[in-house]
Amino acid sequence: MNEQLESSLLAEIESAASSDALEAVRVKALGKKGLITLEMKKLGTMSPDDRRAAGPALNHLKNKIADAIALRKTALEEAAINQRLAAEGWDMTLPISPRAQGRIHPITQVLDELSEVFADLGFAVAEGPHIEDDFHNFTALNIPEHHPARQMHDTFYMRPDDAGVRKVLRTHTSPVQIRTMLEQKPPIRIIAPGRTFRSDSDATHTPMFHQVEGLVIDRDIHMGHLKGCLEAWLSAFFEVDRVIMRFRPSYFPFTEPSAEVDINCAWRDGELIVGEGDDWLEVLGCGMVNARVLSACGLDPTVYQGFAFGAGLDRLAMLKYGMTDLRPFFEGDSRWLDHYGFAPLDVPTLAGGLSKGLAK
Amino acid sequence: MKFTYSWLKQHLDTDASLETIADTLTRIGLEVESIDDPRVALAPFKVAHVISAEPHPDADRLRVCKVDTGAGIIQVVCGAPNAKAGMKGVFAPPGSYVPGIDLTLKPTKIRGVESAGMLCSEREMMLSDEHDGIIELASDAPIGASFAEIAGLDDPVIEIAITPNRPDALGVAGIARDLAAAGLGRVITPAIDVIEGDYPCPIAIEIDAVEACPVFAGRLIRGVRNGQSPQWLQNRLKAIGLRPISVLVDITNYITFDRARPLHVYDAAKIGAPVRVRLAQPGENVAALDGQSYETQGGECLIADENGPLGFGGVIGGSASGVSDETVDVLVEAAWFEPVGIARTGRLHGLESDARYRFERGVDPTSVRWGLDLATRMILDLAGGSPSTVVMAGHPPAAHKAVCFDPQRVASLGGLDVPRTRSREILDRLGFSWRDETDGVVIDVPEWRPDIDGEADLVEEILRIEGYDKVPSTSLPRLVDVARPTLNLAQTRAGAVKRRLAHEGLFEAVTWSFMESRIGRIFGGSDRLLLENPISSELDMMRPSILPNLMQAAAKNRDRGVEQIALFEVGPDYQGLEPKDQRLVAASLRAGQSGPRHWRTKAGPVDAYDAKADALAALEAAGAPVDNLQVFGEAPDWYHPGRSGTLRLGPKRILAAFGEVHPRILLALDLKGPMVGMEVFLDEIPQPKAKSGRARPALQRSNLPVVSRDFAFLLPREMPVANLVRAARTADKVHITGIDVFDIYEGKGIEPDQKSVAIAARLQPLEKTFTDADIEIIAGKIIMAVEKATGGILRR
Repeated sequence: MNEQLESSLLAEIESAASSDALEAVRVKALGKKGLITLEMKKLGTMSPDDRRAAGPALNHLKNKIADAIALRKTALEEAAINQRLAAEGWDMTLPISPRAQGRIHPITQVLDELSEVFADLGFAVAEGPHIEDDFHNFTALNIPEHHPARQMHDTFYMRPDDAGVRKVLRTHTSPVQIRTMLEQKPPIRIIAPGRTFRSDSDATHTPMFHQVEGLVIDRDIHMGHLKGCLEAWLSAFFEVDRVIMRFRPSYFPFTEPSAEVDINCAWRDGELIVGEGDDWLEVLGCGMVNARVLSACGLDPTVYQGFAFGAGLDRLAMLKYGMTDLRPFFEGDSRWLDHYGFAPLDVPTLAGGLSKGLAK
Repeated sequence: MKFTYSWLKQHLDTDASLETIADTLTRIGLEVESIDDPRVALAPFKVAHVISAEPHPDADRLRVCKVDTGAGIIQVVCGAPNAKAGMKGVFAPPGSYVPGIDLTLKPTKIRGVESAGMLCSEREMMLSDEHDGIIELASDAPIGASFAEIAGLDDPVIEIAITPNRPDALGVAGIARDLAAAGLGRVITPAIDVIEGDYPCPIAIEIDAVEACPVFAGRLIRGVRNGQSPQWLQNRLKAIGLRPISVLVDITNYITFDRARPLHVYDAAKIGAPVRVRLAQPGENVAALDGQSYETQGGECLIADENGPLGFGGVIGGSASGVSDETVDVLVEAAWFEPVGIARTGRLHGLESDARYRFERGVDPTSVRWGLDLATRMILDLAGGSPSTVVMAGHPPAAHKAVCFDPQRVASLGGLDVPRTRSREILDRLGFSWRDETDGVVIDVPEWRPDIDGEADLVEEILRIEGYDKVPSTSLPRLVDVARPTLNLAQTRAGAVKRRLAHEGLFEAVTWSFMESRIGRIFGGSDRLLLENPISSELDMMRPSILPNLMQAAAKNRDRGVEQIALFEVGPDYQGLEPKDQRLVAASLRAGQSGPRHWRTKAGPVDAYDAKADALAALEAAGAPVDNLQVFGEAPDWYHPGRSGTLRLGPKRILAAFGEVHPRILLALDLKGPMVGMEVFLDEIPQPKAKSGRARPALQRSNLPVVSRDFAFLLPREMPVANLVRAARTADKVHITGIDVFDIYEGKGIEPDQKSVAIAARLQPLEKTFTDADIEIIAGKIIMAVEKATGGILRR
């Protein structure tokens, strides 16, 4: 009787075409009122001898049927997946949904690069107002009213107020030196980047541009430190082992001694390469802070001294990243921003490098 | 400042090459801008002797010449009518580049006759337009000699940039002094003899304006013959770009450049005595030598006679009293003018002159007398005449300066250890005097160095001559082991906002701080923000808002066919002229479509919710408490009144405004919509709370599953959904962890004054899974709270 039951159940299992059909067979065989379950219940009513004979056979049958169901179940599932997969083909060459990626302006990127380098040198980033007064922009910087240097600045003026006082748009970031020295005591180490304004317009001059100012004041800072500091940051900024600098004596009313600084460069296939070759490229002006400027800021020049420098931030960006025209910096042209801008996550670090060259 | 090599050699005895001189000039602070060496272009051209000139067998107008070049006899076919046997000419051998015809010569055949090289005209060498024939040189010109040398065209012109502090280097003599100090030879500037004069000067000179002109020396020279200057003088002036005028004028120009000593000459017949130095009244008329007429504004220093102004003293002379070929008696002026007044006069009238340039930077006050004597000497030599005595009105200003100097400062300020003796040597050579006094060193400053103000200037003098390149590079002492953060909160926020907005798909723009006032006024700009001297009428006001600049940039992008425009700027706007009125603002502008056309993602026109998202992204990046912000209407006027809002912390503190740009403004600026924008006022974001540590509170995580329940409410149409969300969110603060709005419906099946809002509430059980009864209780609280707050009723 067991043999007959076994073969008929196995046949049903084999022919079950769906998991529902298979489940029906399982209930029929192994369910609470299943054929095998009922046979198992009968064991309790048997004599011990009969039970010894029938028990193992019945258990064997039960296991065999359960295994067959499990096997069939796996086979059915496999078949179902295969069927589904056959129906689920997509054209994976289709373009993905657009994810808009914006850009960071090169001025921001270069400023972040400078902040990173100067943070390592211990410089804080200071700022000041763009609409300045005469005192901070000129007088305190040792540029008295009729000084020829004032005329060289092509100053923008605001309309005079009721008292006849005219404010100016700051012509350089140097007034931040003054504000810093008036507000905090040495030792001072700051850079002051920001917008500056001069009435000038051509391919390399725009009425608004950016400068970065540096100021170090302490008791024993001398011109050798100025050189060392500039060499450190210019090398780091241009990402070369060591730029070669040329200091040319120059004149700025707010520094004495003063110098203009060239760095070595080469032109290769029309491309500028900084830190190689023996051409010179002017990058900044600098000098030891003039004693009159220190005095104007309430610092005793017999106690404190230091250096200052100023460079064109846009120009540094142009030199490093190869723009040849300054004007598009301020046009908001998407094509230019896309081409010369930086990926938002391309944050300059000292550990990872200022320019990583990973993303465009 | 331009000068020639030979001119320099009249002041400097040196065997240094031109290249060494140029390098040294730049090294000591007299930066060489250009060197124009005519010898280079003229190098191939040599003196040659035409031995014979026979007619060409096949051409009437050509001649076949045999030419002795000094290096051999060469046959040349020449077309010049004046080519003849026995003449000396200028010959360019084969291989020469001839600039006038832009050709490098090769041996050739002309009508069958061999010809090598060329006999040249002036035009062919680009010396002039002269092309009637070849150059004929003097018969004693040495064969084979350089033509440039023979013709005096071998004098390189050097142009240097002089910083405003170095008026002494605006004369060749001063440049020579610097070069000699730098070790490039010996100063041989000729001494100037005092000329006493043969008779008393008949012209009286009076100074009424001693502040503007403390000293005026004059002298009459009678019986001069004014005419063309000798060739050497003309050549020198031409070489530096000055036009020779007449010998008397040329001499004053020459001395201006030779000694940085401006002078002036008057035709004595055209001036009425006395000559008076006075300040101008407003409205006087000065007819100047440049042919222009200037009306004084008052206070300018004039040289005048009884008939009126003769010129602006120290700036430009007058045309009526100028010298001409008819001048017989000349009054020579050597004065000293106060720099500030000179600069003012020049600026008021837009007058640039070599005299102004020098006086406003500071002329050696002791040069009045020697300048006059040098001019007298040259006039007597070149134009003849008889000098009067000198009339010296006023006194030269006291110019002597002494500076206390600690020689150690070269090392302690300049960073270079220069031996004391070497410092002294350098200063001596530059004309300073070193005095060892009991309490230290005192340096007497020469009168030609008005820039020397203190010790630091002396350090610079020593360093620049010794060489800036010798200063050893020294590392700044490191203040801490590992660098500390150096950015302040505003800077950190600005940086975070920029990177976040770029991450949101916006392009960072940097636009002008100014804009057109017509537009600025629409955005709240007042007249206080107007520039007095804007570079153009489109940039005449400081921007009261960043948005219009971005709108205009967006419009330009759209004109170029860009369909999705997304720009932002983090920068200043200006509400007034004081430092506090400069705000740090993050602004964004989107225009056109929110994305490209795509098979899977549907894009539409940008809308005010995109701007709100940008504002919230910026605020979140800046660390603003975005969960506590409330949305109000009442955005500024430039937004669409029904599609805009402000984000506030409490009713007064506005952190951001956003919305669609008002259609009327798009019309006024001729821009196509829609445009949406936002402005986040970064300065308004509160400081983060000071925390005792960086550790975050322990996380409470439940293992029980979150349950979500949906509700649909009917609300009055005007009721802000935010009120519903807030009511639902706070209905049970313990279990409700979030409310999502997933559908808004108006229209069919809903009363016209109502809307249906569907929300999903996320419920978090705390101790055991929710029973149906638990969830019903919470749902009941939500329904009640919403009804109470908004009048909304549950849709069943």
